[in-house]
This record gives sequence, C-alpha cells and structure tokens, in this order.
Amino acid sequence: MSEPNYLTTDYTLQSWFLTTDHKRIAILYFASLIFFFFIGGAAATAIRIELATPQADLVSSDVYNRLFTMHGIIMVWFFLIPSIPNTLGNFLVPLMIGARDLAFPRLNLMSWYIFMLGGCTTLFAILAGGIDTGWTFYTPFSTLYSNSYVIVAAAGVFIAGFSSILTGLNFIVTIHRLRAPGLTWYRLPLFLWSLYATSVILVLATPVLAVTLLLIATERFFGVGIFDPRIGGDPLLFQHLFWFYSHPAVYIMILPGMGVVNELVSCFSRKPVFGYKFVAWASLAIAAVGFLVWGHHMFVSGQSLIASLVFSFMSFVVAVPSAIKVFNWTATLHKGSIHFDAPMLYALAFIGLFTIGGLTGLFLACLAFDVHATDTYFVVAHFHYIMVGGMVTAYFGGLHYWWPKITGRLYSEYWARTAAVLIFFGFNLTFFPQFILGAEGMPRRYHVYPPEFQVWNVLSSGGAAILAVAYLLPMFYLGYSAFFGARAPANPWNAPGLEWQTSSPPPEENFETQPVVTREPYQYNEAFEAEPQNA
Amino acid sequence: MWREWIPFWRPGLSPQSSDVDLLFTGLLIASALVLGLLFFLLALFCVRYRAGNQIDRGHRTSKSWHWEVSWTVASFICFLGLFVWGASVYFEMYRTPTDELVVFVVAKQWMWKTQHPGGQSEIDALHVPLRRPVRLVMASQDVIHSFYIPALRLKHDVVPGRYQDLELEIDKPGSYHLFCAEYCGTDHSGMIGEIVAMEPADFSRWLTQQAPSSPLADEGGALFRQLGCSGCHGKGSKVRAPPLEGLYGKPVPLSDGSSVVADDKYIRDSILLPRSQIVASYEPLMPSFAGKLSEDQLLRLVVYVKSLAGNRS
Repeated sequence: MSEPNYLTTDYTLQSWFLTTDHKRIAILYFASLIFFFFIGGAAATAIRIELATPQADLVSSDVYNRLFTMHGIIMVWFFLIPSIPNTLGNFLVPLMIGARDLAFPRLNLMSWYIFMLGGCTTLFAILAGGIDTGWTFYTPFSTLYSNSYVIVAAAGVFIAGFSSILTGLNFIVTIHRLRAPGLTWYRLPLFLWSLYATSVILVLATPVLAVTLLLIATERFFGVGIFDPRIGGDPLLFQHLFWFYSHPAVYIMILPGMGVVNELVSCFSRKPVFGYKFVAWASLAIAAVGFLVWGHHMFVSGQSLIASLVFSFMSFVVAVPSAIKVFNWTATLHKGSIHFDAPMLYALAFIGLFTIGGLTGLFLACLAFDVHATDTYFVVAHFHYIMVGGMVTAYFGGLHYWWPKITGRLYSEYWARTAAVLIFFGFNLTFFPQFILGAEGMPRRYHVYPPEFQVWNVLSSGGAAILAVAYLLPMFYLGYSAFFGARAPANPWNAPGLEWQTSSPPPEENFETQPVVTREPYQYNEAFEAEPQNA
Repeated sequence: MWREWIPFWRPGLSPQSSDVDLLFTGLLIASALVLGLLFFLLALFCVRYRAGNQIDRGHRTSKSWHWEVSWTVASFICFLGLFVWGASVYFEMYRTPTDELVVFVVAKQWMWKTQHPGGQSEIDALHVPLRRPVRLVMASQDVIHSFYIPALRLKHDVVPGRYQDLELEIDKPGSYHLFCAEYCGTDHSGMIGEIVAMEPADFSRWLTQQAPSSPLADEGGALFRQLGCSGCHGKGSKVRAPPLEGLYGKPVPLSDGSSVVADDKYIRDSILLPRSQIVASYEPLMPSFAGKLSEDQLLRLVVYVKSLAGNRS
C-alpha cells in the first residue's frame, strides 16, 4: 500500500524497546507520559472530590496530604517537564532540521530508561505508603519530621533528573551540529529556539536539584545538620537551593508550549510569525533571567527585604519577554487568513489562558500583594493557568497538529474541536474560582476549610469533572484514529516546515534525500497559497 | 467606601491592609485593561481575517522593530510602576516594629500558642487591643509554619531556629481567622485559630480575667536559677561571665572586634550557641543549651534577661 515507514519497519517488542530511532523513542515517552498523566489526574480528581465539602469526608488528612504530594510530584517531574520536549521534541527536532536522528541516538534511548527507572521508583514510593511533604520537600519537615517515603520519592526524582540532563544535552548538540545545509539559526522554526532555551535550563538547573535532594538524604540518613536548625542547619538554605532549580523548571515547563504555539498560530494564520527574531531571543531571555528570580517564592520567609526587592524586580523583568511573545502572536493574526482547525483552537486558548496566568504572576511578583496571596489558592490558580492552561493546552494543540505526521492518520475534526472547547470551559471553571478563594484568603494544601469557602470550591470541583471528561475524550478519538482514521497526506496543513516535506509517517531514515534549506521559515505565501486540504 | 464595590473582597481592617487592597485594585484594573485590549484584538482579528473573508490583506507590516520596541518599553514601564508600588507597601508592612506591646507566639505541630507578657497564654487564639500596634515575636518549635491573617492581608513564615518579628494593628473590633499558611504535616489545615480585636478597656479586663499566672519574666527568672544560669551570670559568682543587667538593647563588643546589639535573637542565639558570638575579654566557657530547652522556655529566659535591662549592676 504505502512505502515502509518508521512504524512498519518491524513489529517485534525488541524493535521498540531497543530502538534508537528518535521517532519510536518519542512514542515510548508518549505512552509513558499518558500513564503518568492519568495517575496524576486521578490524584487531582480525588482532591477535588474531597474539597467539595468543608469537612473531611472522603479521605483522612494523611491520605489527603499524600494525594496532593503525589499529584505534584507526578505532574511536575513525570509529565510536565518531559511532556513536549520528550515526545514532540524527540519526534520533531531531527525532522525539523532535516537530520536523520538526534546527535546521540543511544543516549536518547538511555534517557528513556532512566526516566522509567525514576518513574518506577517514585511509583514504588507511592504504593509503599506515599509521601506527605508536598512536591516542594520543604525542610526541616521533609528531613526530620515526615514519616513517609521521602527518600524513595526523592531518589525517583533524582534519577529522572539525569534523563532531563541527557535529553537537554542531546537537543543542544543536535541543534548545533546536525542542521541541514542552508538551515541557519534564523531559519530555524521557533519551536526549536524554545526547545534550545529549554535544554539550556535542563542542563544547567537540574544538577542543582540533584545536589539538593542528596543533601536531604544526607540529613535524613546521617543526621548531618544542613537544613534543620536543631542540629545547626538552616531551613531557608533548602528553599534557596530548591527554587534555584524549580523556578527555572517552570520555564522548562512553559517554553516548549510557547514554541508549539508559534508553529500553530503561524500555520493557521497562513503567515510568518510576527517579529521572528524578537520571539526567538525572548525565549533565551526567559531562560537566562529565569535563573535570577527564585527568591520570589520566599517573600514571606524572612529573607532580607533587600533580597525581596531584587527578586521582585527581576520577576517583573522576566515577564517582559513573555509579554513580547503574546503581542507577537496577536500581531501574527493581523491580516492573516485564519483557519479554526482544532490545533488553532488550542493555540488561541493557550494565548488567553497563558496571559491570565502571566498577569496574575505579576500580582504575585508584586511584593505587598504576595504577602497576602502567597501560599493561598491564588498561587494554585496562577500556576495551573500557566502549567495546565498554558503547557497542557499547547501540548494538546501540538499533538493534534503533528498527529497526522506521527501516526499517518487523520483524527475526527468534530471531536477534536469539541474537546478543545470543553477543555477551555472546564479549565476556567476549575481554576478561576481558585483565584477568588485565594484572594479571600484560603490557604493551599488545606484538607478541611472554613465553610465560607465552600461555594467556590464546589464550582471548582464541578469544573474539574468537566475537565476530566474533556481530557479523556482525546484518548478515544485519537486512539481510534491511530488505527482506523483516514490516511493522512504528507502535508495535510500545507505547511512549509521540513517535517512536512517527508511522508506521513516518515520513513525510518526521515528523508529520502538530504533536504537543503533555501528560505526563511513560515513562508506560507506563494507555493503554499492553497487552503489546508482537510479544512 | 470604594472597597465595598470590589466583589469577594472584604474591607481591610488595618492601615496596611487598605494599602494592599488599593494595590490589588490597581493590579486588577491594569490586568483588565491589558486583557480587554488583547481579547478585543484577538476577537477582532479572528473575525476580520477569518479564512474566506474577502478583506484587504495587502500592505502587511514587515518591518516590526518599532512595534517590538514600543510594546517592550510600554510593558517594562508599567511593570516598573507596579514593582515600585508593591515594594513601598511591603516595606511599610514589614518595617522593624518599635518596642510596643509585645506578644509571644510559639508555633508547633499543630497549634498556635500565644503568650502575653503578664503570663496569660492562649491556644489557637490571640486577643489584642484595638488601634494599638502589637509586636509579635514568633518562634517555631519544629517545622516551618506561617502566621496568616487574611483580614489583615498579613502573613509571615515562622521558621524554626530564629525569632521573627511582625507588627500588627487592627482598627475594627471583631474576630478574624488565623491560618497556618505553610504546609506543616498531617493536621496542617487544623492549625487555625482566631484573632480577637477588642476595645482597649475590654482588653485590659480580659487580661485580668484570665487564669492567674505569673508574668513571663518571673517564670524566666525561676528557670534561670533552676537551669543554673545564675551560678555564673548571677551576682557574686566566682566564674567570670558577662553580666546580664542592663544588657538588653545595648551594643555588645565581641571578641572578633565587631559588635552586635543585644536583641531577642542575640540572647536566644547566645543561649543555644554560646560559642558563636563571644563577648570581648571573656572566655568561651558556657555550655550550649541547644536541644535542652523548648521554645516556650527559651522565650521566658529572653523575657527575663530583657527585664534586667533596667537594673544597672
């Protein structure tokens, strides 16, 4: 029927688990991440059910604490951080630069095995009895007070960190060394600029997390005073180390989403991204300045007022490149020819939700307001607007956009649009009430809460029910299409990117002949004047 | 009052909380303007430039730098304004309290214990007089907690191993939530209490009605003798130890040539880590009391030493 592609070259288990093909490794990651996403999602569902009433009725406090910890750890380290880089990134980086594979294919496979080892270790910690420290592992609670499986969970995260580092390293080398002839830096798709920025953070920040987790283990095992003041340590030292990694990690989680949105907005407006160089450098600016804002998590911790002043200022500065991106996406729509296919709906949802998340980030960067809002639901709402409203929405958008390339099949446009709209409304209903809860003063991580907060909690739980259904929908119609969908043409969106110039799904070696690039990216005019074929 | 017009936002009860509310309003208005503009443009472009709509798409802007520079500069200036505003209110909130009415707060898993200088102590509650700045001296017995009064828009972490000062002042009588805002283990959400603000006369009456107890300074003095501190620091001792009379609030010359003001933190540190700051011309003889004293006992000793400030030796 069709020529052999990467999916049909071999069907044995061995050909999957020992593959060095970046496309197959992307699929391995994809399957693993769905698994982790549903574990994290199940915990979130239990949390929202419990919070529908002010009293404790579904679970005990100890179980509740384990639920939100598990939700955080799984979602941050085993879903959000690897989500776009390790699935879409793994699949697309070589295709977008006209290469045969990543620079280190075996390292890429090893990275997946390390990731799974870390994931299984963490799952073991959860099954053995759970962790109750919150995903932030704050000391001295995590080192000397918690009686849960802190060390096992921390070991899982520690191990998964090596996977992050290896992937980051692989992307950096690949983008530097394996670009097709004629593919200069300013001809790279902006998705790759953002993945490059992400990789730099992965390589530079993750080791700090590893060190921090080792220090926790040292204090727990050997009683060496590092973080506990009773044995001579300093609890705030932990927060500095932890956020030195974890704030940049926020940008690890959002930059790839921004990258995807560049591709989507450009394709469905049939126009190049407005202000290409500004958007490209904005990614690197975010990566660089993102290392200098960690102290904004500590405005009420007792750090010096001057330190707070500096970190607040830097936090406003880091918002500027994000604002630049939002303005450029909007300007890209101007005088475009806008198609509202499912990926574009996700992209538009991203812009709106990310902007709300970003603006409320400014609220929290604002020192005096942060004193009130930090550690309340305002913060919870804010970072879910960025992480879920932003990153997960972009992930779904990208998944739909490249689905025909990855599987060689077309999904049901009707169901895809329905899911996109449902996700948008479910998301807002879940998380917008949490801004109000936070402004009213409800602290986060509360198992039971005063009854006056119930109305907003019920709304939020109702939204979560819609959101849960909306997230399950793509499982069905995408899953169905992977086996029974119509065959996708090589270039269903009529897009100029290199990944669309090979067949769908691509052959194992990606390109029959080495592509040569002679043009700027996003040239949707002239040769690509035709409408998208399935619109 | 303008504050009544903001939904879900109860009026502030203290001078600083009104400032925070004003800031919040400012942030909301700024966000509404930005979001309004952005969503208007998104909607406008999506409708006008939808595929198939016959409309002039010529003369696209290709030179983008002046647009980029303008919106970059505009965002930066707005952000700078918000930064300065937020910072100035923050410095006002967290300014070093003057020595007004002092209340001691000890946080432990999972309760707040508050103690008035007269020895009256409360669990998960704090009574304060109206319109009078109250200085809280907070310590944690175990993990990090956070003292949070939403009605006052006021919060501060209570980190073990140090004293944390926080000033609060309430203008309106009533009872307000006190929450622990930093996750601290199993019963974190049960670590809540209430702040009761009373007219000064009612407050004085309330104080006298509490269970009779001796002032913290007296209890500290008893502890001081019981732990043997008086053996060296007491009058007529044979061991040469720095005198504590008249010490509090004064600069202390240290053996490394620097000097430090003898505040609560210095006294606390000197009990727990006596060798870290040696008073000039004294031998480092004192044993550490780390791990031997609870925060409750420590603060009594601190209050006792403080009470000696007036007695010149």
